[in-house]
Amino acid sequence: MSLLHIRALQLAIHGTPILKGISLDIAPGEILALTGESGSGKSMTAFATLGLLPQGSLAGGEIRLQGTELLRLTDAQMCQLRGNEIGMIFQEPMTALNPVQTIGDQVAETILIHGAATRDQAMKRARDVLRRVGLPEERFPVTRFPHELSGGQRQRVVIAMAIALQPKLLIADEPTTALDVTTQAQILDLLKSLVKADHMGLMMITHDLAVVSDMADRIVVMQHGNIVEQGPTQTLFRTMQHPYTRALFAASTHRVNLPSPKSRPEPIVQVCDAVRDYPLKKRLFQPRRYARAVNRVSLTIHQGERLGLVGESGCGKSTLTRAMLGLEPLQGGEIKAFGQRVGPGMPNGLRSGMQVVFQDPYGSFNPRWKVGRLIAEPFHLMADPPRGGALTDRIAESLENVGLQPTDADKYIHAFSGGQRQRIAIARALITNPDLIIFDEAVSALDVRVRAQILDLIADLSRRLDLAYLFISHDLTVVREITDRVLVMQAGEIVEEGPTEAVLNTPQHRYTQQLIAAAPRLPDLTTGDPDAAASDL
Amino acid sequence: MLRYALKKVVSLAISLIIASVVIFGVVEVAPGDPASYMLGINAQPDTVAALRAELGLDQSRWQRYLAWVCGMVTGDFGISYTYRASVGGMIGDRLWISLPLALYALTLSTIIAFPAGLYAASRRGKPGDVVVMGATQLGVAVPNFWFAMMLVLIFAITLRWFGAGGFPGWEKGLFAGMKALTLPAVALALPQAAILTRVMRSSLLDILGEDFMRTARAKGLSQRQAIWRHGLRNALIPVLTIVGLQFSFLLAGGIIIEQVFFLPGLGRLVFQAITQRDLIVVESVVMLLVFAVIFVNFLVDLAYAAVDPRLRSRA
Repeated sequence: MSLLHIRALQLAIHGTPILKGISLDIAPGEILALTGESGSGKSMTAFATLGLLPQGSLAGGEIRLQGTELLRLTDAQMCQLRGNEIGMIFQEPMTALNPVQTIGDQVAETILIHGAATRDQAMKRARDVLRRVGLPEERFPVTRFPHELSGGQRQRVVIAMAIALQPKLLIADEPTTALDVTTQAQILDLLKSLVKADHMGLMMITHDLAVVSDMADRIVVMQHGNIVEQGPTQTLFRTMQHPYTRALFAASTHRVNLPSPKSRPEPIVQVCDAVRDYPLKKRLFQPRRYARAVNRVSLTIHQGERLGLVGESGCGKSTLTRAMLGLEPLQGGEIKAFGQRVGPGMPNGLRSGMQVVFQDPYGSFNPRWKVGRLIAEPFHLMADPPRGGALTDRIAESLENVGLQPTDADKYIHAFSGGQRQRIAIARALITNPDLIIFDEAVSALDVRVRAQILDLIADLSRRLDLAYLFISHDLTVVREITDRVLVMQAGEIVEEGPTEAVLNTPQHRYTQQLIAAAPRLPDLTTGDPDAAASDL
Repeated sequence: MLRYALKKVVSLAISLIIASVVIFGVVEVAPGDPASYMLGINAQPDTVAALRAELGLDQSRWQRYLAWVCGMVTGDFGISYTYRASVGGMIGDRLWISLPLALYALTLSTIIAFPAGLYAASRRGKPGDVVVMGATQLGVAVPNFWFAMMLVLIFAITLRWFGAGGFPGWEKGLFAGMKALTLPAVALALPQAAILTRVMRSSLLDILGEDFMRTARAKGLSQRQAIWRHGLRNALIPVLTIVGLQFSFLLAGGIIIEQVFFLPGLGRLVFQAITQRDLIVVESVVMLLVFAVIFVNFLVDLAYAAVDPRLRSRA
């Protein structure tokens, strides 16, 4: 008998159908991956199983856990099951923990709430569970608060809370999406070993096919609230009967047709021994101390060059970017753009030569401005901005450049999808005809198919407009496709640099090797080429 | 935690010093000579000069500032220009009414606001929430002296449960004193409770949307348990700020209510002192109020740290 048995699960929220007849099974000890793009209903399937649907939800069909029909249980009965029989791990470890309670208390609470032990026993078991997830008490006392831990460590605490009572079913909703690749690899290993040891069923929700292929026994592919295809991992990847599955896979391994680099020697941005220190809090009678975010970094971006910058969170990528944009002062070295010195006091005209596109397509626009005004904003930087008809023409041209309509200038930003918003962000960056655009994790928040389109757009712009760009990303697959040269950054320093293919195929520095080893990879389906599998990041 | 507290003590002391300089300066530049005011317009110049010498007004500003500050530190607030009585004693008498009144009102407002805010937040959008929010709108909009008059009409004149005003003194017993302060405290508390309810509700609603509340539910806590164990403490931080501000306001801002109920409180004292150019009383009362405000803020800061561990380690 299967552990979790879902049949014809339907869900509507305020009358809008979200799930349209989901049927799936999870056996004890089995890892089932639910994959699909955002809005496909993956997370809602999990929340329906957990009985934590948002207000205004109406669910129908069957969800049976070991034969018990969950949809008919009262909330009080579901409370008995949650945390006890079903554990759940969330996407955002930074916010999933209560900031004002110690980690020991939070783990012990799962045990206490189900009346499984007295307070002292619960604390003792919390210690054991935390040790099990890799937070031994010697190094991570139970009196720590969440803010004293890193993202990966917090995710371990969340896992400890979920498995404290050894539930039969574990649900993990994008458990590693917010984490760095090396941390992701550790957390995935931990989940696998826990599932094996406790013989739990794991429902793993992820948009990342590469993660899925490494982890799952079986895969369920969802689209628009339907299951389009499901089957054992290897079989599914080999057959891929549904066109949507094939489209997802193709987008994940998307090959960008990047024009061959036009190597021209003129440098447009030169960073020379740049040092950026942040002052730490001063203590009385002690000299002020500094945290070094960028340590003697030198790099050059040439005209028309496509440069990648990779590294994990906290390595100084963003600080370096802000310094290059002249938004932060340097404590050593210098940055020159187009021969002029870059810094907080630099002339606006110089700024218009460098534009930036950020990660979050939702947060980076003023919702009360129309698109035309949004993308014309960089004109403030110019001494003589176009006006009237010339301005309208420039806005229209910029929108057409990114594949949108000139009429879109009169709409508000909420009328656009995430991918379209990122196109608008690129249009905004293009409008001053800059020589350099910095893409700061510009495709990280997008679904794979949208990501593929935006990457194509970037390649196309590079071909037509002779644009140089700095592409910052933690995703090596994307960097491989979209850049000619790559820099690897660790702890404020550039540890490796070279042509992208060479660096990613034959990494010299230990850190680069670690990054590449930790990145989950898709199975190679081009049969008969054993080398391709290894190089297919 | 100790380090955090020490830092706050230092900033408290600095604030007090700055405040004392500002208060002294402002009162100094205010027009009008207390000595000639006390003696009337027909006084002889030499009498005025003698009185000025007696009051210490002929000394340099620095000397007077230092004498004033040193006096306050040792508990000697000086002699009132008009009443020829010890300022410390005058303030002390009034404080025995204003302080209990402020605490009484604050307690009432908190007792009303916490459950009301909690209730409204847990029924968001439902009739219960709408009723509570409507009531708070009214509470914020209607001035407290109108509440005061209504309370007098209903509870003192019609029902005769309470006196319409005045204060019998604490020597008549705790109960008599509290009874006399009840109507003023309610009148003061209602608008404050309305504000606090709204803050409590919106703060809780913000917390309800947090990821860790969902985590708590996933552990098997019921909605109510999740709010009690994880929601309240996090929601308390903005609420504490408002409570701190309200206490300072209630201590000094009760002047209209004191007038309505004929209570000899601090508000009335400072009002009379200003009209009579009794500078030393004004200075001392204002300084005392500043001290109260800063000290309450200090307590609020400590309460923050007790609630939120992130503040403790940041210090």
